[in-house]
Amino acid sequence: MKKNQLLFTCALVSSLLITSLLFFSGCAEEVKGTIKIGAIFAETGPIAFLGEPEVKTVQLLVDNINEKGGVRGHKIELIFKDSQASSEKAINFANQLIEEDEVFAIIGPTSSGTSMAIKDICENGKTILMSCAAAETISNPVAKYVFTTPQQDRYAAKWVFKIMQDMGIKRIGVVVEGTGFGKSGKEQLLKYAPEYGIEIVIAEEYSIKDSDFTALLNKVKANNVEAVVNWSVFPAQSIIPQNMKQIGFDVPLFHSHGFGNIKYVETIGREAAEGILFACGRLLAPEQLPDNNPQKALLLEYKKLYEDTYIEDVSTFGGHAYDALMILVKAIEAVGVDKEKVRDYIENLKNHPGTGGVYNYSATNHNGLGMDSLVMYIVKDGKFVLY
Amino acid sequence: MNISDIVLQYFFAGLRVGSIYAIVAIGFNIIYNTTGVINFAQGEFLIIGALLAISFNSLLVFIGLPGVPALIAAIILAVFITTAIGAAIEFAFISWLKNPSVLRLIVITIGISIVMREGMSYIWGIETFALPFFSGTEGTSIKIMGASISPQDIWIIGICVFLVLVLYLFFKYTLTGKAMRACAANRTAASLCGINVKLMITLSFMISAALGALAGCAISPLAKTNYEMGSAFAIKGFTVAIIGGLGNSMAAVAGGIMLGLIESFSVSILPMAYRDAVSIGILLLILSIKPSGLFGKREESALKEY
Repeated sequence: MKKNQLLFTCALVSSLLITSLLFFSGCAEEVKGTIKIGAIFAETGPIAFLGEPEVKTVQLLVDNINEKGGVRGHKIELIFKDSQASSEKAINFANQLIEEDEVFAIIGPTSSGTSMAIKDICENGKTILMSCAAAETISNPVAKYVFTTPQQDRYAAKWVFKIMQDMGIKRIGVVVEGTGFGKSGKEQLLKYAPEYGIEIVIAEEYSIKDSDFTALLNKVKANNVEAVVNWSVFPAQSIIPQNMKQIGFDVPLFHSHGFGNIKYVETIGREAAEGILFACGRLLAPEQLPDNNPQKALLLEYKKLYEDTYIEDVSTFGGHAYDALMILVKAIEAVGVDKEKVRDYIENLKNHPGTGGVYNYSATNHNGLGMDSLVMYIVKDGKFVLY
Repeated sequence: MNISDIVLQYFFAGLRVGSIYAIVAIGFNIIYNTTGVINFAQGEFLIIGALLAISFNSLLVFIGLPGVPALIAAIILAVFITTAIGAAIEFAFISWLKNPSVLRLIVITIGISIVMREGMSYIWGIETFALPFFSGTEGTSIKIMGASISPQDIWIIGICVFLVLVLYLFFKYTLTGKAMRACAANRTAASLCGINVKLMITLSFMISAALGALAGCAISPLAKTNYEMGSAFAIKGFTVAIIGGLGNSMAAVAGGIMLGLIESFSVSILPMAYRDAVSIGILLLILSIKPSGLFGKREESALKEY
């Protein structure tokens, strides 16, 4: 009887304590106000494979952060905008976020084209943009307020050439989609091919609305190439491998780092996807990494969190959004809610492990990642395996 | 690789896309013939047909049906449901209008296409799906005289030929087919002869929807299916229907194959990026030289409302 009473009192006291704590922390937040962060992602539309995991990731992380009391006591308020990969929409949203919502920073957009479209708007609006797109031109030339988190094209291109060199490939064909990402990739491929003694015999662009590439691939085939590089994020990259098999075009196929979602492999089908090579971040197979890798713990944690919450495979695109948000949060945590100070902090951020790699930003480098941020993968039995 | 093999490969590539264009164009023609309007929701019929078939197929495979029967059943179900949707759309949006102007009908069909697209994105989401290949897999390739094609190409060409034949026989020899043609020639006279014009219009939407669904299923393994792809097919099908001459199914097939081949061979000399410019250029050229289309008769097109 006595024991029960004691237990009851303990429970009562502790519950009172908890409620009062909750109450007071609640008060503190109301005083402090929220940090508004704009998020422009292609949640729907043709590259929803990229945008959807980004939205889900950011939502999940912000919920977790807010649950734990926010950043320096401030809750984060996300304002999502769905760009559908349209530059026009992205421009409108960026203006709206900066002028009407007066956001602290913007993360996204998903695609290179939309990122380029709002680069100047953010620069002029003195609002930090953490872009989740990979094209070189977003961070080169450097814009004061614009940073990118994905690995740049140039490293993906160099990786492709490096592997080709090992395979003894000399003559290749390049096909890219007619978007900011595709064009930038083509530029980098053409630029670095001579360094590796590789000749690009043919380089073609196709429209993202195309759904049949047999004529194009036949043209590439007629040029007697030893390998094909395709640079795209749109569904075209799941049709091209099939078309190649169908016209009996049997050479190694290299994709870009825009291939880092296992759903693409599922759409291609096991037979045609087998053997596709591409360079990508470490997030696709973290369990295959050595234990001393600085990213390993974080990658496994993010992967588990994402996959347990959404019951679907994690993708590198969600990782880009993860990095964009976490770098921003780290900066605010360190220097407070001050746009200029946060910008300076990010610019001087060193040795920050993220899902994309270990970030080292500087005044001349607003991408922060090097060639070692990528590793080569090959598709084997419908899975991504380290090459 | 020798030259003749390369040329042959381009030829097959052209035939593949050409047949796809042709099937879409035929769908346009059937509704045009009875109502005098271009149904801008034709592309959506393709996509909804394919998406339905994809869902039924995975459902049937899930409950344990073997691959081939499941696929056939799924396609048949999808075609029937799309046909019903075609009828429902006509019933809901078109049939109650009294002497609607062509412009009004066009705006209505555009509206229908938008509603259908949004509806599909709501039901199936934004992901890209595909039906399994009818025979073989995505990697199967058949050698024909030095060129290689997918078995699905043969299916598409076969389905195109089959549809043209069936439609030809239907319009030429059956009473209903003749009645529909009568509506096309003169709606007032047809109704004076006791033909139920309203019913014929409903029927034309149903046939057109069924055709679209079947075409969508045939294309899906190759081109994949996504809720917003319809308009891309519709634009090409529309181009082909105009090039051939609106209202004529045979002309649509000829126009489709022609455009497919021209596009395919244009890739051999021009960059791929110019392919659509080539097809639109041809459309403009034909419209300025022969506005009624390559196989259309001038008098016939003058009788139409626009």
